[in-house]
Amino acid sequence: MIDVTALTRTYDGHRAVDAVTFAARPGRVTGFLGPNGAGKSTTMRVLVGLTPATSGSATVLGRRYADLPNPGREVGVLLDASAQHAGRTGLETLRIAARTMGLPLGRADEMVERVSLTGTEAGRRVKNYSLGMRQRLGIATALLGDPEVLVLDEPANGLDPAGIRWMRDLLRDFADDGGTVLLSSHLLHEIEVVADDLVVIGRGRIVAQGSKAELLAAAGTLVRSPAAAALARALEAEGVHVATVGPDGLRAEADPDLVGRVALAAGTPLTELRAADGAGLEEMFLELTADTARESTPEGVAA
Amino acid sequence: MSTTTTSTTTSTTAGTTGPAPTASVAPTRTRRPAPAPIPFTRLLQVELTKMFDTRSGRWLTVSVAATALVATVAVILVAPDASLTYDTFGSAVGVPIAVLLPVLALLSVTSEYTQRSGLTTFTLVPHRGRVVRAKLAASVLVGLVGIAVALGTGAVGNLVGSSVAGVDTVWAVSAGQVACLFLANVLNMLVGFMLGVLIRNSPGAIVAYFVYSFVLPTLTLALAAYQDWFADLHPWVDFSVAQGPLYEGGLSATEWAHLAVAGSLWLVLPLAVGLWLVGRSEVK
Repeated sequence: MIDVTALTRTYDGHRAVDAVTFAARPGRVTGFLGPNGAGKSTTMRVLVGLTPATSGSATVLGRRYADLPNPGREVGVLLDASAQHAGRTGLETLRIAARTMGLPLGRADEMVERVSLTGTEAGRRVKNYSLGMRQRLGIATALLGDPEVLVLDEPANGLDPAGIRWMRDLLRDFADDGGTVLLSSHLLHEIEVVADDLVVIGRGRIVAQGSKAELLAAAGTLVRSPAAAALARALEAEGVHVATVGPDGLRAEADPDLVGRVALAAGTPLTELRAADGAGLEEMFLELTADTARESTPEGVAA
Repeated sequence: MSTTTTSTTTSTTAGTTGPAPTASVAPTRTRRPAPAPIPFTRLLQVELTKMFDTRSGRWLTVSVAATALVATVAVILVAPDASLTYDTFGSAVGVPIAVLLPVLALLSVTSEYTQRSGLTTFTLVPHRGRVVRAKLAASVLVGLVGIAVALGTGAVGNLVGSSVAGVDTVWAVSAGQVACLFLANVLNMLVGFMLGVLIRNSPGAIVAYFVYSFVLPTLTLALAAYQDWFADLHPWVDFSVAQGPLYEGGLSATEWAHLAVAGSLWLVLPLAVGLWLVGRSEVK
């Protein structure tokens, strides 16, 4: 269980995290989604006590993280897989963590196996690890203390497709077993597959949250027409909000039935009419990204 | 599907209204009892391990041992028979230890930042003060053991050296002298630790350490030689000069005062600033 309430963190007047409120519940994977620099990592850092909050609160299992007597046994954290001592072997890194948590050293070897690192790999210094291997080592460290909660920042970075699949299954099993998972990503598709709940953040603020089913349902209708402009005017005349998707597409915030009727009445031919599924979410996400991204996002990518 | 909400609609409680089949079937784990807090002795043990289990830590230890051995052999081969005393061996072994071990103390702090392992360390123990105190204790311990090993090696060298040369084995070291050596070595370790917490960057702190230990004393020595006003002030403001008598086996009241004043200026004050910075700085 993770509770973040009205959390704000400012840096020299800039609000990196602005009144963020959300919860991650046991038995569910909560995806924390946002473009780079949106405040995901800062929120997670505040959550685990690495960065003090300017105001608001964050609790894990009902307590401030810093008040957990032995945090590693209750919360598994992976904030940055490359933040590991390059001069230490993978196995030794795990042993240090096991020792800190008061676990038998054999637990480190078990975890090496759990994350599918070979014995030789575990005996190598982290300096020689690929990002994917570091990611596995980081996951191993997070799982070491058999925690109830996992907090993972971009854990899929650097993993190959098989690794991503493995990670997904691992998180699913962890949540199905009653654990709480909070995982961040800047890739919608990556998180869409595994998350039960979504929290979308942009420029430090939460812009949407809810169960994945809810958010995907709120996506509206995707419609394409050679006379898109005329259709858009007709829809707006009916009080339906529309957004342009590509040269001939529209996303209407209404169900396909209504959009079809309006098109018929307006006499605009249609080439496509369907529920937008995740398109609305993706579009929203791209809008967010476009505002903060350095290169402009071409329109119509959402379609 | 009626979809009248905009995409930016925010539902305050995640998923309370949405279908949540997993939540109803997922076994909620029985709340486990809170684990026992991490005792300080465990942190100390972990920090001691961390000093030596990295590539840099291992090589530093190996080079300390190697230079100590080379120094002992060199004394036996080169020193005139009259100089084959415990004192000679002790300082021959003591110098590399005094120079290199503080780097170990320094790295124990800076590596958390430069290698970024602090991200894990300070998440597993979300109390920087405790971690830093464990590192401080580990540094002092290593300093004490280091000088004990130096004295032990020196004793063996003295025995072997004097018997090889066929001269009487000269000990001539008082308990007071030994205590002073221990103190000097602990101060050295604290200097390394202080620069670690103050600079929190491995290359930077190592450079600072060598400037602090070798460049600065030379400069103040030169200043004292040419400027009369500074010559009187010198032992009060130069920590290395103030520490000198520790290696010579005893301090007068004035010399203790020198050590206290210079030590406050060059060790206690920057250490306080460094500890404050460690508590505040972001571990990136």
